[in-house]
Amino acid sequence: MDEIFGIPMSALVGQLVIGLINGSFYALMSLGLAIIFGLLHVVNFAHGAQYMLGAFVAWGLLEYFGISYWWALLITPVVVGGVGLLIERLMLRRLYRVDHVYALLLTFGLAMLMEGAFRWKFGATGQPYPNPIAGGFDVGVSYIPAYRVWVIAASLVLCLGTWLVIERTKLGAYLRAANENAALVRTFGINVPRMLMLTYGLGVALAGFSGAMAAPIYQVNPLMGNSLIVVVFAVVVIGGMGSIIGAIITGFGLGVVEGLTKLVYPDAAGVVIFIVMIITLAIRPNGLFGQEAR
Amino acid sequence: MTEAMPKPLCLSVKGLVGHYGENLALNGIDLEVRAGEVVCLLGRNGAGKTTTLRAVVGLLEKRRGSIEIHGQQTIAMLPEAIARLGVAYCPEERGIFASLSTEENLLLPPVLRPGGLSEQQMLAIARILRTGAKFLLLDECTEGLAPVIVAKIGQTIRLLKERGFTVLMVEQNFRFASKVADRFYVIDEGVVVDEFRREDIASDLARIEGLLGL
Repeated sequence: MDEIFGIPMSALVGQLVIGLINGSFYALMSLGLAIIFGLLHVVNFAHGAQYMLGAFVAWGLLEYFGISYWWALLITPVVVGGVGLLIERLMLRRLYRVDHVYALLLTFGLAMLMEGAFRWKFGATGQPYPNPIAGGFDVGVSYIPAYRVWVIAASLVLCLGTWLVIERTKLGAYLRAANENAALVRTFGINVPRMLMLTYGLGVALAGFSGAMAAPIYQVNPLMGNSLIVVVFAVVVIGGMGSIIGAIITGFGLGVVEGLTKLVYPDAAGVVIFIVMIITLAIRPNGLFGQEAR
Repeated sequence: MTEAMPKPLCLSVKGLVGHYGENLALNGIDLEVRAGEVVCLLGRNGAGKTTTLRAVVGLLEKRRGSIEIHGQQTIAMLPEAIARLGVAYCPEERGIFASLSTEENLLLPPVLRPGGLSEQQMLAIARILRTGAKFLLLDECTEGLAPVIVAKIGQTIRLLKERGFTVLMVEQNFRFASKVADRFYVIDEGVVVDEFRREDIASDLARIEGLLGL
């Protein structure tokens, strides 16, 4: 059996893997956006730039300090998350009282600033990053590089771990409660402003981690987040704004849908996610996993 | 038997002014609650009762004047800091968190999963008792409940008083409040316009009912 509906098995497996790889990034990125939006009600337009920053931090650690991929994977989220904490503490925090569109504009401006600065410093051409895991697996019909398997596994573990923290721990209960009624949670003696800051830092750290993990696959370049973020926003809209599990499932699912579309009708691969978004919005305006707006 | 020394002040509010958006909601509130007392705020809708409670727990951001809780000035403190002084607040809307399980709600410190109205109210009170706070602010805790549950809440408040809790409550239901509260403040247009004790109600009923527009 080497064909299904006239599609070679090897191509099918290949596109499935590519779909899952892209889906891994969609899921991690939209998870970060969903956490931030769920609690802060901020649409973080800087998410793509923060992803790019993560890739550059990982690249810079190797280029200037000789720090290997695995250490970079630990250091990068801390650095990028730290930048996120500063952004929240110094800028974003002042905008919670005014219309949400101001926070959106702020993060949009920050994204343009960061991307512009990196383009000015490093140019628009990509910087290569060596593959940290050589080799791969021969699955008969296809050959799957080991690094790609690692990316899918890491993304799954991180997504499910984050979901567990939010759904199953005390900290997560505070987050969900604050999401519903932040003022009341404060009257229980819980420092909600600090929680908001840490949440933004966590969401941004996820973007930084994604960026570091993307460095060996995609080229490290200043606009790498720009193209990704548009798709990720579509994923978030389809999954339902603020829905954690929705972001994860839709992220992986749409990665696969996109990959398979390349086989069936390659011309549509670039727009299939947006077509799904339009259909979703027409049928379920709150997204597949979203709840009625309160 | 001589009267005992007055109990220490649990809450002392002086010249409290507060805004809701651009509107002046509190116009110089003065009131006191002593340890172990059950004090009730009465008045028409929009008089400033709930706003007073929200100012005490720190949720009303635009507030001036003086609020002392156990002698500590809290006018500029954040809600989370005020809560740690041992103040627990049960809001009018009860604030049951739908996205949390029963256990999470109870253990939060706060809330429980939505059940029946009366269940919710008992839960809302139970969760703030769990925190160990000794000073309770209850906003319209009988609103929309069946008489039998209202009676139950009345018993609970009396029991809490016996156990040394201090309660400041807002109540529309004067009949209910007159059975549980020791002292009453009548608020109108953001100021305290009258103050009386439970013992005074019988002799002064006509005037009080006039004040409350009953």
